Amino acid sequence: MTDHPTPSATTSAAATTDVVQLTAAATAAAIAAGELSAVEATQAALDRIAKVDHTIHAFLHVDAEGALAAARSVDERRAAGERLGPLAGVPLALKDVLTARGMPTTCGSRILEGWHAPYDATVVSRLRAADVVLLGKVNMDEFAMGSSTENSAYGPTRNPWDTTRIPGGSSGGSAAAVAAFEAPLAIGTDTGGSIRQPAAVCGLVGVKPTYGGVSRYGLVAFSSSLDQAGPLARTVADAALLHAAIAGHDPLDSTSVDVPVPAVVEAAGRRDIRGLRVGVVRELAGDGYDPGVQAAFTAAVETLTALGAEVVEVSCPHFTYALPAYYLIAPSECSSNLARFDAMRFGLRIGDDGQAGAEEVMSRTREAGFGPEVKRRIILGTYALSSGYYDAYYGQAQKVRTLISRDFAAAFERVDVLVSPTTPTPAFPLGAKVDDPVAMYLSDLCTIPSNLAGGPAMSLPAGLVDGLPVGIQIMAPPFADDRLYLVGGALEEALDAQRGHALLDEAPAL
Amino acid sequence: MGITRDEVAHLARLSRMSVTDDELDALAPQLEAILSAVARVAEVAAADIPPTSHAVPLTNVMRPDVARPSLTAAEALAGAPATEDGRFRVPRILDPDE
Repeated sequence: MTDHPTPSATTSAAATTDVVQLTAAATAAAIAAGELSAVEATQAALDRIAKVDHTIHAFLHVDAEGALAAARSVDERRAAGERLGPLAGVPLALKDVLTARGMPTTCGSRILEGWHAPYDATVVSRLRAADVVLLGKVNMDEFAMGSSTENSAYGPTRNPWDTTRIPGGSSGGSAAAVAAFEAPLAIGTDTGGSIRQPAAVCGLVGVKPTYGGVSRYGLVAFSSSLDQAGPLARTVADAALLHAAIAGHDPLDSTSVDVPVPAVVEAAGRRDIRGLRVGVVRELAGDGYDPGVQAAFTAAVETLTALGAEVVEVSCPHFTYALPAYYLIAPSECSSNLARFDAMRFGLRIGDDGQAGAEEVMSRTREAGFGPEVKRRIILGTYALSSGYYDAYYGQAQKVRTLISRDFAAAFERVDVLVSPTTPTPAFPLGAKVDDPVAMYLSDLCTIPSNLAGGPAMSLPAGLVDGLPVGIQIMAPPFADDRLYLVGGALEEALDAQRGHALLDEAPAL
Repeated sequence: MGITRDEVAHLARLSRMSVTDDELDALAPQLEAILSAVARVAEVAAADIPPTSHAVPLTNVMRPDVARPSLTAAEALAGAPATEDGRFRVPRILDPDE
């Protein structure tokens, strides 16, 4: 390969496959060394999307022209001797809930169909500054409400491990794109588990950073006190590089916290957890947990012990109330946040015939533009916030949130990190839970506590259950995100050594 | 507890969402099931517990009152459903009979 890229038509299919299978770190290293051009890496990803995305349906919008232009710029500046960042030229899939100039932003909703944001989210401007190549926007549950990506107005995404199953959600497009080798990296967002649950069921590493660690400017709000953007990748080291690229204080987000970004990249490479104290959360097990999930989790915990960690059981008694508290807090904030979709300033407008008043146009637009889950949550949130019910529902849920934070604080006096399965079950078949919202909500049983308390959490591939990946979740105190990468890096290395290869190597060919 | 079809219709009106009869038929039992699942928060004895609205302490953010580059009017209006004379054009907000 040369500094001057050859078009994909002259690249062999085998070479293209090899390029898309490289990790982000290896892709960037090859580009920096002049062994691969950014245009070649980008074209390989675009070719892969053209080959498999009609089956997977991860992408809502592919910006081939913009991606190749960004890649050319990287190659030109490298040729001119400029020193490039650790992710320069690496392709990435962006969840369609973050705004990016030059691309549509739909949030998986009809109400924003065709809308182009006039500004970049801070996550996006940081990715551009890091010379990451944005391939396009990927699918999601409408406004990030869901656990299966079936709530997208643009049709579901399929799990690359078994295309009859869900890829998780709401960042299902992000996870499927990385698992299907359409991109080595993706950005997701996590309000109740929406990065970690898709990462778990697609066999990836996914991280919800500490709330306030990554700017929410340009992240279309669902539940503002819980939403957080973060990385999805195939390895812990890649996730750390992406985390470092997007994190850090942003004056444009009043909830962004002005503390130094934890040393996640260094932690991912340390690979030594001797003496680290690990707590297994007693409440995140038992009824409703698939025996295979439990077995894979137990085996991963035994590996932590073998690596020299001190593993103890820890009780977090209020975690059993996290799911009900979340399904009051998140819909309440959603009902308020989604009031901005009023058909006046952007997006869809239905019924404006010159006669109808603004309220009627609003009502008809929101009827036509929102899907069933969004309507359910808006109505539920409106109910929970209404006079007479506020104290019993929203107020009580906020108190439970305090108790969950106290459970975490007490646990972290005894241990450095907490662990649990990421999800109670592997990926379920498409359609299995669409008519049963309560059953769907149980997908987030283990992931919600970290959103409510604000701490960071990672899902790491633990193993396979009947050929489907499942994850182990690692949770740390707020602003100790580096501990996730320390434990994740060591555990990933040990589990890969046990099976002789990365878990994703076992995914069926597409 | 329990949430009736009429209550769902009222909440939809408060939320400025038209809903069809079919939607009301589907939503009422679903919301009922969700509410009975989340009502468990009431079991927690939390009378003396302060509520948490945000997981991190929030402080007001100030900046000097200095003009900075921002969107042009054309950029701000580019995604609008309707514009007129460089402004958002909206349906009437007053009832002609009032």
